[in-house]
Amino acid sequence: MKAVEVRELVKDYGSFRAIKGISFEVKAGEIFGLIGPNGAGKTTVLRTIATLLQITSGSITVFGYELPKEAGAVRKIISYLPEEAGAYRNLTGKEYLNFIAKFFGEGEKCQNMVRRGLEIANLGERINDKVDTYSKGMTRRLLVGRALMVDPRLAILDEPTSGLDVINAQEVRRIINSSVEAGATVLLSSHNMLEVEFLCHRIALIDDGRIVASGTAAELKEEYDARNIEEAFVKAIR
Amino acid sequence: MIRNIVKKEFKELFTISTLLPIVFVALVFGFVGQMIGSVGESMQEKPVIGVVDMDGGDFSDTAMSVFIERAEVIYNGSDAEEGLRKVREDNGVALLVIPENFSQKIYANQPGEIEIYWIMRGAGMMDSISSGIVEWLIQAANQEISRKLIQQDSSVDPALVLNPTTRIETTFFKGKEIQGLSPSVLGGMLGSQSTVIPVVVMMLIILAGVSVISSMGLEKENKTLETLLTLPVRRSHIVIGKIVGSALVGMIMAIIYMLGFSRYMSSFQISDVNLADFGLALGMQDYLLVGISLFVALLAGLSLCIVLGTFAKNYRSAQALIFPITALAMISAFIIMFKDFDTIPVVLRVFLFAIPFSHPMMAMRALMLDNYSLVIGGIAYAAVFTAAMIAVAVRIFNSDRLLTGSVQKRAALGKLVWGFRR
Repeated sequence: MKAVEVRELVKDYGSFRAIKGISFEVKAGEIFGLIGPNGAGKTTVLRTIATLLQITSGSITVFGYELPKEAGAVRKIISYLPEEAGAYRNLTGKEYLNFIAKFFGEGEKCQNMVRRGLEIANLGERINDKVDTYSKGMTRRLLVGRALMVDPRLAILDEPTSGLDVINAQEVRRIINSSVEAGATVLLSSHNMLEVEFLCHRIALIDDGRIVASGTAAELKEEYDARNIEEAFVKAIR
Repeated sequence: MIRNIVKKEFKELFTISTLLPIVFVALVFGFVGQMIGSVGESMQEKPVIGVVDMDGGDFSDTAMSVFIERAEVIYNGSDAEEGLRKVREDNGVALLVIPENFSQKIYANQPGEIEIYWIMRGAGMMDSISSGIVEWLIQAANQEISRKLIQQDSSVDPALVLNPTTRIETTFFKGKEIQGLSPSVLGGMLGSQSTVIPVVVMMLIILAGVSVISSMGLEKENKTLETLLTLPVRRSHIVIGKIVGSALVGMIMAIIYMLGFSRYMSSFQISDVNLADFGLALGMQDYLLVGISLFVALLAGLSLCIVLGTFAKNYRSAQALIFPITALAMISAFIIMFKDFDTIPVVLRVFLFAIPFSHPMMAMRALMLDNYSLVIGGIAYAAVFTAAMIAVAVRIFNSDRLLTGSVQKRAALGKLVWGFRR
């Protein structure tokens, strides 16, 4: 089953064309990575799928729901983690998870989500402290917990390990993997090509608003006769 | 080197957001100066009055000569009703009637009575200036009568010399006939409505407005907006939730402010006149209308704030965006404090009506005078304004603008990034 189907997506900011006719599919239950340098258009693609940006032309469907017509339905089944996301500073970590969970369910369902969020964030007693006092790594873990606790059918994660140290980054990758094992589909972006190579089932290489190559890490390396994805990317954009 | 640093500092500090408040303060000073200047001009103008002398005695002649000399008399006859009609038509201030036996009473060591029929047009601070001049005119007539009394009989009762006349006053104010009160006393009694209410409403709008605009700025600064917009909640609910939340915060702040300010204002009020005795009290229905007017105006102000808040890039820029709200709230409060809605020029009246939060500032006084159309019209206008602003806000929330800023700026940025990468 197709979790996401993007066809000839074009996105303009005024007279500037940021996305120039991108097409790709994400299968249900897989981790799909969009990789490319800064400014390649990764975040714009993710934001458009996450219903934040309007489509200039082309089409997007998420689990059969068409954007922008069925944006409300899409928001019920996705969870989006922006690259530089923050949380409300005057709330404690637990209050923040509770605030988000209430949009997805009530009563026991809500409480279960919060419990799952607490487990994923794994902040111990600090979960009862205000977000304002958290380090960058702690905030990111809280936000990953927030994004995955709602059991989204599609998690859209923009640079999920951005700014994290090795230990925290590894922990976040473990959480993403276990979430997929539990049935979620993940669409993520990263400019860390080596990380994506080990995390994603399939990858699309994006540059200058276009997908220059896509496939599994092994397929891409074979196609470009490269030792790793980074090398494959460099060869692909030449 | 120094020139380079000075240039950089100037560019950093001399921005629109730092300039606008100063320009606004200068404009307010100009406005107040113009007001004070017009007060001075009004003080020098002769008051427009009508006079009716039904006595024809020595002392009425004295009083009449003072009135004719120092005022612009538009009616001088014997028919009080005709005189009143003429004064009303010609925008006069008062009709002074000297009844029969005026001089005879004074000769009999009793103060003579002067009947004053005031035409009061507004209850703002500046609206009672002309009536104050007429009061001074009567005082001048009293002095002339006293002088004459002393010249004629040096053994006259000192109490009579000090107060040779008494007044019987009737004030006509917006369809109401109020016995025994002059416009200056009535204006003083309505002073709390003229001062306290506009200031409290102004503070409520500004404080609640700061909350909602800051909330938008913080959402962007803390990078929480993107998450919020991808949650399964209608954009209209986000907008309404922000407005209502900020309204509650603003109301709590305004109540705290009002407690202190009303205590401060009450220290100046020494009048023990009860407005209810003159049919100027508010009923439950009136208070309900005042409450609705305030609530709808608050929503209107906040819905405008949330539209402005969408332009905020961060908390700091949000603070600058509150400026238009502050300016509109202050201007409407000042106008209402100084002048009555009915006594300002039509252009200013339209401008004042168009500011949705000016209506609760005027509501209480309007309801006292049974002017329901202004209050209900204001509520309807503010409700329509709110709906329109919420629709605009939801439209912005549904667009790219909230995340990308202006399209042109983004396009320029895009070109810059693109050019750099190439």
